[in-house]
Amino acid sequence: MLLINCPWCGPRGEHEFSCGGESHIARPALASTDAEWSDYLYFRKNPKGEHLERWRHDFGCRQWFNVARDTRTHAIRAVYRMDEQKPEPER
Amino acid sequence: MKRYSAWSLFQEGLGGQKGWRPAWRAAAPKARYDAIIIGGGGHGLATAYYLARNHGLTNVAVLERGWIGGGNSGRNTTIIRSNYYYPQSIALFELALTLYEKLSIDLNFNVMFSQRGLIIAGNSRHDMETIARLIGAMRLLGVDVEEITVDEIKRAVPALDCSPRARFPVFGGYRQKRAGTARHDAVVWGYARAADALGVDIIENCAVTGFEKSASGRVQAVETSRGRIACDKAAIVVAGHSSVLAEAAGFRLPVTSYALQAFVTEPVKPVLDVVCWTLATGVYVSQSDKGGLVFGGGLDLYPSYAQRGNLPIGASVVGTLAEQFPGFGRIRLLRQWAGIVDVVHDSSPIIDETPVPGLYMNCGWGTGGFKAIPAGGWLLAHQIATGKPHDIGAPFSLNRFRTGALIDEAAGAGIAH
Ligand SMILES: Cc1cc2nc3c(=O)[nH]c(=O)nc-3n(C[C@H](O)[C@H](O)[C@H](O)COP(=O)(O)OP(=O)(O)OC[C@H]3O[C@@H](n4cnc5c(N)ncnc54)[C@H](O)[C@@H]3O)c2cc1C
Ligand SMILES: [Zn+2]
Repeated sequence: MLLINCPWCGPRGEHEFSCGGESHIARPALASTDAEWSDYLYFRKNPKGEHLERWRHDFGCRQWFNVARDTRTHAIRAVYRMDEQKPEPER
Repeated sequence: MKRYSAWSLFQEGLGGQKGWRPAWRAAAPKARYDAIIIGGGGHGLATAYYLARNHGLTNVAVLERGWIGGGNSGRNTTIIRSNYYYPQSIALFELALTLYEKLSIDLNFNVMFSQRGLIIAGNSRHDMETIARLIGAMRLLGVDVEEITVDEIKRAVPALDCSPRARFPVFGGYRQKRAGTARHDAVVWGYARAADALGVDIIENCAVTGFEKSASGRVQAVETSRGRIACDKAAIVVAGHSSVLAEAAGFRLPVTSYALQAFVTEPVKPVLDVVCWTLATGVYVSQSDKGGLVFGGGLDLYPSYAQRGNLPIGASVVGTLAEQFPGFGRIRLLRQWAGIVDVVHDSSPIIDETPVPGLYMNCGWGTGGFKAIPAGGWLLAHQIATGKPHDIGAPFSLNRFRTGALIDEAAGAGIAH
């Protein structure tokens, strides 16, 4: 069971949240090529290791925020708001 | 290869079972192969087997990081069916089902394919409308599905709660008679043994870590935990680890890796002789030959490479099963496990050459690729050997994510993703 520290509500069990996938994907400009558009829609990093991802506190404040989580261990290194910078990569 | 038969069994019985040989050689890597298949799951092994059998290409190696069948092919709930929605998918899964029907004879290995039938129950009026639409499409394309009434479901699956007060009431459903289950390990071992007999090297404990490309960008060797191995062509067939190897080769994929759980109970006397699935919950169950109830449900809904399931989904699947099959609630759970599945946006596989010339791939089967093992291997082998996609494989290109020609089975066939 993941314990996720919602920036607004504090630590809650994972069943209150849903994961919205990879964070920091910028929407391409309207003049983008098909390849750029399909990269944006479908292609993902899907790393084995730290993943920067969006979560939503569905059964709580219903806010979106970001999580830095290791996909091998599920250990959460950082939780940060949508308007905050991503954490420095771990050394 | 020593053929298995009633006679060989009898002979070994007389000789004290001392004449059995390992089903495949423990091959050491050669310096070079015509084709290297990365991943010793069902799809990788089937690819190697059909390369040798259908195309005469025998200087082939299968490189497996762990042991043969240690991935999803040895962790799945073994349901085989072809009740998909789109013509492209039906062609693919019908090819697989037809090959499965002859597989034990073809491989000289009993894969225990049991066409016990699949029953899908609808739990609302809307489910029944979906079912009418789905089976209409499937029947037009020749899939053996038929609508069935609540009474027929009650007779076929007496353990399922079909009472009017049920939490998930049953309104009716449909059946595919040719669907069923097979023994997962046997499928893997059968392909490994048959490929080995044709000269394919099966190399376990050999993880691929990188790719070496020629000046023109073509793959010319793979780097592995057992050294560099040169090759003319290579194929990535690693399910949940597809993105990791794609990154090593320098491209990205429309794949996300998730954990999918499965469960088995202690063995009990025969209570269920079909595969049963309900639309409202996506939970499905069958009874193994040993008597255990084998069941599963939806994905753990965040990316994962941890080969274990999470508690909330586990509890929900187990609770749902006990709710729908009240009698099963008293049976003890024996084991729970998970595999890492490769999910793409349209829930259809990718069988294609990659952006790296000479490097091919087969992935994206997500939660449902065991049923497709013979077809995945057949089609990828065709493309590797001839350089051109097979007609049935062509729609499952990587390029469909650029052109938009998706085969959206998630929306079409209502499968549990
Ligand atoms: C719990 C569960 C239930 C399922 N139930 C069903 C079902 O009922 N019906 C159905 O049709 N499908 C089902 N599936 C899906 C099915 O199991 C898979 O789609 C199918 O087995 C994929 O086969 P594969 O050969 O592509 O992958 P795998 O069997 O996973 O094989 C890939 C292999 O690649 C190896 N590998 C990874 N990285 C490397 C590397 N760097 N170098 C070398 N080797 C590497 C792995 O060790 C692994 O052995 C289920 C899956 C799970 C997890
Ligand atoms: Zn909150």
